[in-house]
Amino acid sequence: MKSTDIANPNYFHKVVDCQWACPAHTPVPEYIRQISAGDYTAAYMINWKSNVFPGILGRTCDRPCEPACRRGRVEDEPVAICRLKRVSADYKDDVRPLMPKPASQKNGKRIACIGAGPASLAVARDLAPEGYEVVVFDQDKLAGGMMRTQIPKFRLPETVIDEEVGYVLDLGIEFRGGQRIDSLKSILDQKFDAIFVGTGAPRGRDLDLPGRKEAAANIHLGIDWLSSVSFGHTDKIGKRVVVLGGGNTAMDCCRSSRRLGGEQVTVVVRSGFDEMKASVWEKEDAMHEGIPILNWLVPKEFTHRDGKLTGVIFEKVKAVLDAKGRRDLVPTGEPDTLIECDDVLLAVGQENAFPWIEKDVGVEFDRWGMPKVDPATHQSTLPKVFFGGDAAFGPKNIIWAVAHGHEAAVSIDKFCRGENIAERPSPLTNLVSQKMGIHEWTYENGVSNDLRFKVPQKETAIALRNIKTEVELGFDPKLGHAEAQRCLNCDVQTVFSAKLCIECDACVDICPIDCITFTDDGEESDLRSRLLAPAKNLTQDIYVQDGLKTGRIMAKDEDLCLHCGFCAERCPTGAWDMQKFSLEITHAGPGCRSKA
Amino acid sequence: MSYLAKPKFHHPDIETNELGFTHRDYEGSISTLCAGCGHDSISSAIMRACFELSLPPHRIAKLSGIGCSSKTPTYFLGQSHGFNSVHGRMPSVLTGANLANRDLIYLGVSGDGDSASIGFGQFAHSIRRGVNMVYIVENNGVYGLTKGQFSATSDRGSKSKRGVVNTDSAIDLAATALQLGATFVARSFSGDKSQLVPLIKAAIEHRGSAFIDCISPCVAFNNHEGSTRSFDYVRSHNAALNKLDYITGRAPITTDYEPGSTQVVKLHDGSTIRLSKIGADYDVHDRVAAMHHLHTRQATGEIVTGLIYLDGEPHDLHDSLNTVTTPLNELNTPDLTPGQKALDAINASLR
Repeated sequence: MKSTDIANPNYFHKVVDCQWACPAHTPVPEYIRQISAGDYTAAYMINWKSNVFPGILGRTCDRPCEPACRRGRVEDEPVAICRLKRVSADYKDDVRPLMPKPASQKNGKRIACIGAGPASLAVARDLAPEGYEVVVFDQDKLAGGMMRTQIPKFRLPETVIDEEVGYVLDLGIEFRGGQRIDSLKSILDQKFDAIFVGTGAPRGRDLDLPGRKEAAANIHLGIDWLSSVSFGHTDKIGKRVVVLGGGNTAMDCCRSSRRLGGEQVTVVVRSGFDEMKASVWEKEDAMHEGIPILNWLVPKEFTHRDGKLTGVIFEKVKAVLDAKGRRDLVPTGEPDTLIECDDVLLAVGQENAFPWIEKDVGVEFDRWGMPKVDPATHQSTLPKVFFGGDAAFGPKNIIWAVAHGHEAAVSIDKFCRGENIAERPSPLTNLVSQKMGIHEWTYENGVSNDLRFKVPQKETAIALRNIKTEVELGFDPKLGHAEAQRCLNCDVQTVFSAKLCIECDACVDICPIDCITFTDDGEESDLRSRLLAPAKNLTQDIYVQDGLKTGRIMAKDEDLCLHCGFCAERCPTGAWDMQKFSLEITHAGPGCRSKA
Repeated sequence: MSYLAKPKFHHPDIETNELGFTHRDYEGSISTLCAGCGHDSISSAIMRACFELSLPPHRIAKLSGIGCSSKTPTYFLGQSHGFNSVHGRMPSVLTGANLANRDLIYLGVSGDGDSASIGFGQFAHSIRRGVNMVYIVENNGVYGLTKGQFSATSDRGSKSKRGVVNTDSAIDLAATALQLGATFVARSFSGDKSQLVPLIKAAIEHRGSAFIDCISPCVAFNNHEGSTRSFDYVRSHNAALNKLDYITGRAPITTDYEPGSTQVVKLHDGSTIRLSKIGADYDVHDRVAAMHHLHTRQATGEIVTGLIYLDGEPHDLHDSLNTVTTPLNELNTPDLTPGQKALDAINASLR
């Protein structure tokens, strides 16, 4: 095998599984170490720089980092990364003095952001301190977009949204709330230098079934109903509620219903429990509140009497693989099921809608009605118009919207300076030895044996009484510290220098995971089978270095390395060293521009 | 040296032996020796050998004297019996323990100071009596604990870390063991586990005094240029006699070997050692030839490693003393005081 090129920033970045999996590439182990050290403010600012909304994401993120977490491969469960983010937000000091100041000098460029959700706000945050005059438009009076309108308050209190949206708006951004944009032309006419569209996926999908029209008064589109609840226009629902759909919106609908008078709330899903789109923890939270989830039932008809909904009829189905291996839902032949109810909430998907973009302005759409957007630059076919968040590539989640915002801001910054936006800036990386003494490191290298700690919750009876009562209490500093100690510090890398190695085997003998082998060179597939412990996880690299005196190679399987540093502690010559790899994504500003 | 305990997590696909143990179950507490010490590699080889032989840890007794090497039994086989004796007195304590309970596996761990200086006599007598044991000398040719003086096994002409040249002759422990009648003699190198592990396994299965002289570079005081115990020197002067494959009795021999290049040696328990010869035509059963070979190669500065001598029909101290097969510590009062009738019978036989 070829010796591993650790100068390639992707190599060690991949070893930091959580950071690699995070769309915004948040330096997770770095902020977790700050939490361990009790410096919540520093932990918060690391997050704020990467993902703009630490308090919001610490409660609502879809957590792509957690399934990626190495701890989940070493033992049962990953580190509670998401909830540790909330710890940093809950216990930080006043961070306002640390925030960037509004630009003292404007650069004369004007940017419009349409929609005040996470994508637009990320663009605004990145560009405003650089001197751009940013105007954010939204149909609602308050900024925040779906974070404010669709996420129930018992998961995300209003104060957290106000605080974090406030940090962005305080950067000298002009927010025009309550101003719905009905025409892109009207914006183009205002001579903005660039326009960012972050309008989300605002339309809930409907179900055209028999009875839909007749019983319309009691059938609601989930996301519209949630925002109506959020603004206080809706404050009650029938005693018996059926929620259709298996995503996170369905979970928010059913749990909100329980708080607005719903006593028998049932979630009904076409597919199986495991295939549901909702996050595992959101399903658990719903079931914890006494909400059954019924699977393999396809709605057939809304029943009604005298213009009032009486129930929903379902057909039982099972999954069958067709000749091409695609999954098909076919009726089992069992009798249909009727679930009686007073209200139905439809949470069967969201769609993009751009009726306000005129066909002749130059923004082209594909045959599914989505704008043609460059996946790297976020530019549309009209050069000064950029898309991000759900508006660009369909429904995802907040952390993706923020990541899109950063990339679009880089594009806009380069675009406004006449640079080639296809040239993307490389991340800022560094690799620094953590050695302080013979067996002293700047990080705590002892490996905690604790299992994942549960986040304390409010008692269900109390939580259900008021829709604004936050259910999760969050980790307190003590639990937060203990959970933070579970982090394996995967950003502290094992760096090997073959010319210093005397092949004494000390590292091989001490490694608790048996991940280091000195052996004869070979092709990767052959090598993987010959290591001290077989390297079966092909998604994880083998770190190979040649140049040893005996002609053998050092091969280390990165998969399960605990980053405990014992190899480096036992190395007599310093051939192994623990070096902290840091990687920061380059945001809009001088760093992203061409050097020429 | 590390302060922290080794993390408990292990590889999820870790191998288990016949007893269901992983190699981690044969560990001791964390080593306090210098980072990179050859002794830690030997500890690791001992753990590997015991794991591969599926030995129940509570049937092993590890005994040692004083010195860096003699500290190591703390760092392996944490579930086994242990005795850390007075300097150089490990062999007599081991002999006593072996006489009291012949059923345990005895692992004597010593160093060049412990066995070639203060305990030289003890070493000699335990070997010549044929105590059933594995006697491993972790031989680094230097007094590491007292900061790097020459030991009795340092080669004449080798240089200390401070640049002093050794003027005394070296004691060759393997040659001495051969001369004293050891029935299993080997030499190996801490940096070559593929050779060391099968040797330890074969030595454990050998019923007699098995002696392994294991060269173990001292990274702190004897791994410099001019040393004859450094990693580089040993690697470049290693004259390996043979390559060992230890095969337990149950495993069938599946590969055919070219006649003449391979010597198959049966052990008393039905297991086999398969020796692939590397160097000159060499017969591991010829003690005199072995002694000659050791001296000849030593004169050219080479270090002979591998299985040097093996007595196919060993006998041990218990055979010589004609002791009962039941371990002495299991004999009860009725066994030891058989009563008037038995005494009368003995007296009658003497009349």
